[in-house]
Amino acid sequence: MRLLRMKPGHGEVLIAEGDVEVADQELELIEAFRAQLDQGMWAAVPVISPDGRRQAEFVRDFRDVPRDAERVIFFPRAAGGS
Amino acid sequence: MFAALGVCGLVAAVLAADVVRPRLRPALALWRARIAATPQEDIAAYDPGRERRAEQRARELLRSCVNEEDWAMYSELGFLRVWGNGSAGAGDGHGVAPYAYLIYPHKPIVAYVPQSSRLLSEYCVEFLDSERPYGSSRLPPSDDVLAKWMALTADEHRLMQNANLHLAGRQLDPDAVRADIAALARWDRRRQQLEQRGRSHAS
Repeated sequence: MRLLRMKPGHGEVLIAEGDVEVADQELELIEAFRAQLDQGMWAAVPVISPDGRRQAEFVRDFRDVPRDAERVIFFPRAAGGS
Repeated sequence: MFAALGVCGLVAAVLAADVVRPRLRPALALWRARIAATPQEDIAAYDPGRERRAEQRARELLRSCVNEEDWAMYSELGFLRVWGNGSAGAGDGHGVAPYAYLIYPHKPIVAYVPQSSRLLSEYCVEFLDSERPYGSSRLPPSDDVLAKWMALTADEHRLMQNANLHLAGRQLDPDAVRADIAALARWDRRRQQLEQRGRSHAS
């Protein structure tokens, strides 16, 4: 699983990468995940729905991330624009 | 009499200016400094090559997340359509969706009625990174589109709660948006024709 974050001037940046089935690596992923949420990021997982449509799912806790998810994407939370 | 009133007014204005000027001076200096500093900071930090590479990465990420049809739409038309909540089954272009959204990079999301092309509203929303790497808080254009797409498909209600709602036409030219909707309808028809031809060739 890879944790990616959108950044101005970068595109996506790799925050962390690991195998959720390996305990140490899962812990690192969980810490990195929480750190991003603490920074005010939103987290979403791109998924394919049962009817084949691509969409995203918000995740607020690492336990909500599907175990087979390849990546979690973090991006700044939405704010009302002008 | 008018001359006397005029002189009194002039004297009052001069006296008032003497009183107000010391208070205004710092504010005026701050305002001038802010105007002078902001563009210089942004210009100094701006690197067109870096922004182009960032946008290229953002396009690849967007492409890997949306389906092939959506990617083709964005590549050819410059915006994405997302069907409104409760429009399940309309994504193939054949169903009846009550409403849909157009997602433009760094512009408001436009809600409209596909059946009539009637514009409903603009949702002004930004995804600003407070860390401001390189002096800018704005994501690359395709990351902005992907952020809107993810937020809309994941939780439309949550995104709309965070957006500023305006009547259609506040920021985007309604005629230009209607032209985009018409172009999208032509694009849909062309793709359907190509799919039908592909199916008939295959059978």
